[in-house]
Amino acid sequence: MSKRELISGNEACALGALASGLRFFGGYPISPSSEISEILSSRLPRAGGVFVQMEDEMASLGSVIGASLGGLRAMTATSGPGFTLMQEHLGYASLAEIPCLVVDVMRVGPSTGVPTAPSQGDVMQARWGSHGDRGTVALSPASVEEVYNLTVHAFNIADRLRTPVVLMFDEVIGHMREGVELSPPAPEDLWGRPRPAGAPGPDFRAYAPNEQGVAQLPAFGDGYRFHVTGLFHDERGYPTTNPDLVRQALERLERKLDPIPAWLPPEKYHMTDADFVYVAYGAVSRVAREAVDRLREKGVAAGLYRPRVLWPVDEAALRKDLAKARTVVVAEMNRGQWVQVVSQALPPAIRVVSYGKTGGEPVTTDEMYGLAADLNLRSVKSS
Amino acid sequence: MTTAKDLLRHEMMPHILCPGCGHGIVMNAMLRVLARRHQNLDKVALVAGIGCSSRIVGYVDANTLHTTHGRALTFATGLKLARPELEVIVVTGDGDGLGIGGNHLIHAARRNVDLTCILFNNETYGMTGGQLAPTTVKQAFTTTSPGGNTEPNFDAAVLAKAAGASFVARGQAYRPDVLEEVMERALDHRGFSFVEVMTDCTEYFGRKNALGLGSDLLFTQSRSDQEVSRDLADWPSLRTPQGWQVRETQPLGVLHEDRRPTFEESRGLPGYSEREV
Repeated sequence: MSKRELISGNEACALGALASGLRFFGGYPISPSSEISEILSSRLPRAGGVFVQMEDEMASLGSVIGASLGGLRAMTATSGPGFTLMQEHLGYASLAEIPCLVVDVMRVGPSTGVPTAPSQGDVMQARWGSHGDRGTVALSPASVEEVYNLTVHAFNIADRLRTPVVLMFDEVIGHMREGVELSPPAPEDLWGRPRPAGAPGPDFRAYAPNEQGVAQLPAFGDGYRFHVTGLFHDERGYPTTNPDLVRQALERLERKLDPIPAWLPPEKYHMTDADFVYVAYGAVSRVAREAVDRLREKGVAAGLYRPRVLWPVDEAALRKDLAKARTVVVAEMNRGQWVQVVSQALPPAIRVVSYGKTGGEPVTTDEMYGLAADLNLRSVKSS
Repeated sequence: MTTAKDLLRHEMMPHILCPGCGHGIVMNAMLRVLARRHQNLDKVALVAGIGCSSRIVGYVDANTLHTTHGRALTFATGLKLARPELEVIVVTGDGDGLGIGGNHLIHAARRNVDLTCILFNNETYGMTGGQLAPTTVKQAFTTTSPGGNTEPNFDAAVLAKAAGASFVARGQAYRPDVLEEVMERALDHRGFSFVEVMTDCTEYFGRKNALGLGSDLLFTQSRSDQEVSRDLADWPSLRTPQGWQVRETQPLGVLHEDRRPTFEESRGLPGYSEREV
């Protein structure tokens, strides 16, 4: 069935989306994500879906949310400047609880920055980019094959939890080609949306949550005739300013995302006995892995902890996974974003070091290895 | 027979509109048209942006989507292409549709997706307190043009036609009977239909320009039956007591109609032919 092929991360993303049952794509051109649009513009209509090039990124995500309410799996793809413009509708999709996928292929920012050199500078924007408190979901693949698989997972999470999901990877992962043997998901591996149990009628409550904190979602046109709004709303979807209802909604919108880290656990490479740990994601995790191999050859108990879910964070699990470490280096292509998560989670006894590389150059294995040697030397001196 | 009242969400009442506001009249006209066309609104979606006019979709027992400021047309585009069999109506205001959402309006018109866009034009930002809008005429007072507006205003209908809307009309709150005819034709039309409805913001625009209280401002829209029978006549101009013009004369009625392939037809989308006409 499956065959070995040489494809890029962006291609894998488009193929993963098609395999997930994507039926609507609304997008706006931006490097380094445009290949996703280009591929889907030809392949999606052949799969029975609709591709539209919209007038800007707000429109792109707006059309995606509209199509999703029509019952379709829908997505868009962009890069930093477009991701910034999409924050408005990411906030909307969170509060209105409309499933959708936003792919962010990261380049150097702020602003137009360095088109289109790699970066991981959008990690905090994915968490806090829109106004107001909200839970967010961001997945981070580190290989072409993983882009494919996490695209499938992203749609599943979006549908099951009625939430926007961001799939974010740096330009290196987007444009890198790897030989892969893709395994399309079986029908039972594709999760659906929570569907209403009862028939349409005046008792239907579009925003009444189930025990997982997720409400049922019929499509527009199915006969349920419900109201969707970006205002805080009651269980019927009608606007409310009741402070208790607002607080309950905020709490529920974060809580319903809790299962995600357990669904997609981090990769732990040589972590069993590691006291020197790299924490890295995306392209940086690939060189960190090589540095671990070299350090192991030298007898250093090094390991790699690679989160696949950047948001939400299970702090307790993170603390447990890194409990044996003495030094943790969080290496990123930014000036230190996810390191803030790690620092906050770990006790002061564990030394957390941020290694942030900017300027659009990827981190190299030599750099990672050299950094470890430096740090070890210093830790030996200080003890 | 279905009536306009049957199509309301009574549990959403009372509504937020001010006494003397023309929006309720426009909503009623829309409901009467929908009641003639449908037994229930299972196959009708109302999509709105942000502002006073956009709030009315929540009062209608349909598939209703209250979106972000200016961007209702983008949500409607996605929804319509996902469910081509639905009758999708976009409700927007002049600030929403021509200010923050101007770019989306011209592109929706250009694409000719089969949507009906009803733009409530009250020449000001009502919900935020009566600020200057892209439709406020020169010299008019608003809360952000305390010395009188110095900017030229958009003509929404001309703009929509230039951008490619295949049906363009203008109605007024003062004549809901004529407005109903215009709306009915807009809904029948296949392609992007744009209906600008002249209403009034009595609380802010009216007050700031000393144009009377309650429904006084609405009555300034009055025209004789003779005028109306003749080509629907014009939206009358209006001057403040000081003699400054705060409303320009504009033609009313169906201003443009042509039949060109819709986006759905060009793409051959299945289900599109099922929309009732």
